[in-house]
Amino acid sequence: MKKGLYIILLVIFASCTSEEQGYEPTELPLEIPEVFSTYLIPPVIPTDNPQTVEGVALGKKLFFDRILSADGTQSCATCHAPQKAFADNLTTSIGIDGISGTRNSMPLFNLAWNYGDRFNWDGSALSLEQQAEEPVENPIELHSNWDEVITRLQNHPEYPQLFQSAFNTTTITKELTTKAIAQFERTLISANSKFDRYTLGQTSLTPQELNGLDIFLREDKGDCFHCHGNPNNPLWTNNDFHNNGLDVTFTDLGLGTITGDPNDNGKFRSPSLRNLAYTAPYMHDGRFATLDEVINHYSEGLQNSPTIDPLMKQIAQGGVQLTTQEKADLKAFLLTLSDPSFLNNPDFQN
Amino acid sequence: MKKILLLCLTIITFSCDNDTNGNGLRNITVDFKFTHTWDGMVINDSNLTTTTVTNDNGETMTMARLRYLISRIELINANGNSYTFNGYKFTDLSDITTYDFSTNNTIIPSGTYTIKFIWGFNEEDNIDGAYPDLNSASWNWPEMLGGGYHFLQLDGMYNVDSSPSPYNFHNGTARVSTNPNVFEQNFAVIELSEEIVLSGNASIEIVMNIAEFFKNPNTWDLNVLDTPLMPNYNAQKMMQQNVQTVFSLGAVSQ
Repeated sequence: MKKGLYIILLVIFASCTSEEQGYEPTELPLEIPEVFSTYLIPPVIPTDNPQTVEGVALGKKLFFDRILSADGTQSCATCHAPQKAFADNLTTSIGIDGISGTRNSMPLFNLAWNYGDRFNWDGSALSLEQQAEEPVENPIELHSNWDEVITRLQNHPEYPQLFQSAFNTTTITKELTTKAIAQFERTLISANSKFDRYTLGQTSLTPQELNGLDIFLREDKGDCFHCHGNPNNPLWTNNDFHNNGLDVTFTDLGLGTITGDPNDNGKFRSPSLRNLAYTAPYMHDGRFATLDEVINHYSEGLQNSPTIDPLMKQIAQGGVQLTTQEKADLKAFLLTLSDPSFLNNPDFQN
Repeated sequence: MKKILLLCLTIITFSCDNDTNGNGLRNITVDFKFTHTWDGMVINDSNLTTTTVTNDNGETMTMARLRYLISRIELINANGNSYTFNGYKFTDLSDITTYDFSTNNTIIPSGTYTIKFIWGFNEEDNIDGAYPDLNSASWNWPEMLGGGYHFLQLDGMYNVDSSPSPYNFHNGTARVSTNPNVFEQNFAVIELSEEIVLSGNASIEIVMNIAEFFKNPNTWDLNVLDTPLMPNYNAQKMMQQNVQTVFSLGAVSQ
């Protein structure tokens, strides 16, 4: 009888202990839009950084907090503003010291569907967590250093408790900080454009927009779809790296800088065509101010070079030679990929 | 002691049952290993984009990307019994992890077999937008060309020793005409006639000779047919003919 009582007490004690010691943050699976769940494989969520309510909240606070910069003047959101589809409207972004970088700010959305898990224009970051590391110490971006950032966060009146909630520890590290930011960034999902609603049968496209889609998909016209998705790939990018004929010689080697392979020189990641209306200027160096300039580039402005992508099929003619009407139609279609609800999503505001 | 002996015999009996089928043949598992060559020279992720080759028509060529789709892999025994393996195989030569194929229903009886598979998707399987993994790989074939999926994407440059020009050797459904759109299924049934005797778990190598796309029965002149080829009915049918000699049986290990 005594032994039985002892066992029962032991079980109760063990249960209580495990509850107290086994705090787990609240799971927060990504809300996957219908156009993605229907057509795409699941998003990439690292097993060592699951989405949680507390992690996302912490990541959001960090994303908008200027505490990450050396002088407290800039945050991630400075160059990745919600109203600009998490890009900025500068040719190349300007850091805390007023120095322009060499790259145009990439918009941030649908990042969990980047299956290759290579980020930045040149693919230098091999995960979203790794991507979040670099700007903090980059001398032409936040120009801080992680030791100082961690000290500031550790001494902050709120952050230690927020890290406790998110990661079950008050000891703040670079790794946990970037994990939280990555969790927030993965929630930035855009899938409510006019074209998404057309796909779901909720609206129709105008004849001009449909003509534009036809040009987009025709190999003998725009042939945009080999790199920029299609109605069955609503990411509107393949997230792969291409030399799209910008230059004869390269001042920025792009992917080639990262791999060291001369065959990769001049290659940059294909950006999504979603939300183009909000993300001008365009290309890795922001050289094109308008969407019309981009279309003109592919139509008659291609420059040949040794690593030109063979998908730039009419390189000898300078491009795919669209008529004025075809360009207008293509632009009309591209603008159906705009998702204004993404800009105004209250979950994504500071 | 008797009980232990009985138990041992029972275990042995059940073990035998797991390895044999009703005909006394062993149940074996097979998987497939796809390798790629240009007339015997191995092409893989490490040399795909750096190798210069010469096609049968004499053009020097490089390859920037090579991806392809096959489906309905079958092993057929002498009695005509067919064992079809679930799923399809999408291979990207830049990604070595896509070279092998195994599925969850690869247990077959030991015996003598030949291999058969579909180049691309047949009409029943080639459903527009139906396969999320292929959509995610941007493998779709545009609706105005019949929809469904690419069977092949081979991009590169030709005449690289003189005046390099792009080629886009893409294969899929053939469009016969427009207004109204008439499409023709363009898959190919690949049958490798060489017999394979399978007595134990096996790994079967299937070799793709990329050069054959440009060789048999149509000698391909890239100067005439380089790009765009997707809407070109004759080019699409020539590819369908040429793929017949692209694959061959390689090593079988068991």
